[in-house]
Amino acid sequence: MSAPLLAIEDVAVELPTPRGNLRAVDHVDLSLQAGRTLGIVGESGCGKTMLSRAVLQLLPKKAKLTGRVMFDGQDLVRLAPESLRRLRGRDLAVVFQDPMTSLNPVLTIGTQLMETIQEHLELDAPAAKARSIELLAAVGIPAPEQRLVQYPHQCSGGMRQRIAIAIALSCEPKLLIADEPTTALDVTIQAQILDLLAREQRRRHMAMIIITHDLGVVAGRADEVAVMYAGRVVERAPTQALFKRMHMPYTEALLAAIPKLDAAPHTPLPAISGRPPDPTRPLKGCSFAPRCNYAGRHCHAAKPVLTSAEMPDHVYACFHPIRMTEGMEA
Amino acid sequence: MMQLAVRPAPLLNVDNLVVEYGLGNKIVHAVSGVSLEVVRGETLGLVGESGCGKSTLGRAVLQLRRPKSGRVMFDGEDLTAMEGEALRRMRRRVQLIFQDPIASLNPRRRIGDIVAEPLIIAGIKDAAERKRRVHEVLSAVGLDPDLVANRLPHEFSGGQCQRICIARSLVLNPEFIVCDEPVSALDVSIRAQILNLLEEMKARFGLTLLFIAHDLAVVKAVSDRVAVMYLGRLCEVGPSEQLFAQPAHPYTALLLQAIPVPDPDVRPAESVAAGEPPSPIAPPSGCRFRTRCPRADQRCSAEIPELRQVAPGQFAACHHPLG
Ligand SMILES: Nc1ncnc2c1ncn2[C@@H]1O[C@H](COP(=O)(O)OP(=O)(O)OP(=O)(O)O)[C@@H](O)[C@H]1O
Ligand SMILES: Nc1ncnc2c1ncn2[C@@H]1O[C@H](COP(=O)(O)OP(=O)(O)OP(=O)(O)O)[C@@H](O)[C@H]1O
Ligand code: SF4
Ligand code: SF4
Ligand SMILES: [Mg+2]
Ligand SMILES: [Mg+2]
Repeated sequence: MSAPLLAIEDVAVELPTPRGNLRAVDHVDLSLQAGRTLGIVGESGCGKTMLSRAVLQLLPKKAKLTGRVMFDGQDLVRLAPESLRRLRGRDLAVVFQDPMTSLNPVLTIGTQLMETIQEHLELDAPAAKARSIELLAAVGIPAPEQRLVQYPHQCSGGMRQRIAIAIALSCEPKLLIADEPTTALDVTIQAQILDLLAREQRRRHMAMIIITHDLGVVAGRADEVAVMYAGRVVERAPTQALFKRMHMPYTEALLAAIPKLDAAPHTPLPAISGRPPDPTRPLKGCSFAPRCNYAGRHCHAAKPVLTSAEMPDHVYACFHPIRMTEGMEA
Repeated sequence: MMQLAVRPAPLLNVDNLVVEYGLGNKIVHAVSGVSLEVVRGETLGLVGESGCGKSTLGRAVLQLRRPKSGRVMFDGEDLTAMEGEALRRMRRRVQLIFQDPIASLNPRRRIGDIVAEPLIIAGIKDAAERKRRVHEVLSAVGLDPDLVANRLPHEFSGGQCQRICIARSLVLNPEFIVCDEPVSALDVSIRAQILNLLEEMKARFGLTLLFIAHDLAVVKAVSDRVAVMYLGRLCEVGPSEQLFAQPAHPYTALLLQAIPVPDPDVRPAESVAAGEPPSPIAPPSGCRFRTRCPRADQRCSAEIPELRQVAPGQFAACHHPLG
């Protein structure tokens, strides 16, 4: 296999808070090949956004980052601000949950698109305009020429997200990070946006990270899935393997707790008791131990590290993994 | 032989309800002639996309927003004709739980006082009796009254705040609760806890529920029957299993198709009906779904489809129903 486009190596993010140091990302390793899609799932506060901001080098000022983020052969953590700025928006693009994070309310849609294009590509105004129209059409905006002169507030939430995606795609990025791109949208619009992202990714052979708390969103659309809990990656595997043969009890519990469309009404849900630990008070053992049905004494005393069993690309952090092949259980 | 479903007299009967809002010199047609009924002990789920009028309908049922026309009968009495003391007395029997549990709790009041507030409003003067009731409902929702009663809302997580809201809604021993997206703001693992709790409370206190949500799987988990709403009107209503297995209205089918399924073997359907819902300020003529419906024809823009029975207990408002 060739060198990955992105390699997140031992990345940790700490934030000082009045309650003490908050370990938002706790030594994460992930990698992604060109043209592939990685899904990152986990519940609110588990560190998904902080991890993506660490990749983008867009962390809060007070945040302390350690580790390396290798992108296309260079370490973004150590890159000069000027080079970083050039990279972001060109090779490295992002779409946020709230499209207004990346849209400017006082500029027309046309101005914003053309500015991004001209900042990164050598195109004159007419060419940039033609490209803007082409992009808006590609993301499914009807009458794109008329949209160019409108402002974001004149568009619906779904339209704004399409425009944010058009801007993100404008310079043919190698990697697109989409942080909950559809969480704020209705389900029919959500399906349209996810289809749009998948289509453009295939067409451009772009790598993509989809961040979500909805396992349903990644199931049909990611090549590989990483499950995060309390700042760590607790399981990572090719999508099929993860859903069919998850080894980490948290992954199993998370999937079981989702109401299923094919279950009969009034079927009690296998809920996970309790809630995630306070990130300013890290636990000594496995962070899932207080809620885990499989926890043994050892789980409260030591932290399990990511290991693989049958398949090298399927790793999990657990002392008592489930669904292991006969005889392989430790 | 076809079994004729004999349904008992409904506890709640909503008849041709119309609710509008003024917006500048325009009118928002939020709810435009909705009729439905809920029998005692039943959970009716209400689904639909953002802005289709679910909350408005829920609030109009409780008379928190007075409808422009139509009737709301509760246990044989017309709430729309009620005022003053009579309405206040009736309100003890019907309660509301909101989507945002944290925002719906007063940040400066202690949990014990928040939960006791409906008792005070209802004029229960005996402090010991109030305390007994508060303890009872807090324990019922899985909180330790001695540990939580003296604390403030900010000391609790979203899931715990929703438990507190549920306790508050139960304290007057209501018969009917409108749950307006009670789990939409909660994480998957906490959501399951709260859904189970609602089911438990329903059985224990003999409740009847109108359960509003935009997530069909969540709605199915708790509802005996489901009503689907689009742009102020009902599209379809029927027994949950039936409606999900054989949707008759094209909009119900679209919603079902759009749900992301947590199973990698289920390929997401390539772009379901494009387009977005039109504005409720100028809804389309005839069938309001026609601008996005693959089956729409001339009749759909000329004639408003009425709810008609398509299978036992299942009704759809469509000129060309599926199946
Ligand atoms: N600016 C900040 N200052 C201090 N702590 C923060 C800040 N932003 C986030 N956190 C904390 O860092 C942790 C990780 O947050 P993060 O936003 O990465 O979670 P997330 O997985 O993206 O959650 P969500 O699904 O809610 O978006 C959380 O405990 C959060 O409270
Ligand atoms: N106070 C108000 N004034 C004007 N318009 C309103 C008001 N409240 C709601 N609306 C409008 O009425 C329509 C129905 O709103 P409602 O809140 O009932 O929808 P909903 O189905 O509950 O949506 P959501 O899923 O977003 O909660 C929407 O178009 C909304 O913008
Ligand atoms: S290490 Fe122990 S507590 Fe953690 S998930 Fe595995 S079995 Fe559960
Ligand atoms: S009435 Fe016509 S437009 Fe409306 S749902 Fe039925 S077929 Fe579609
Ligand atoms: Mg986030
Ligand atoms: Mg609402």
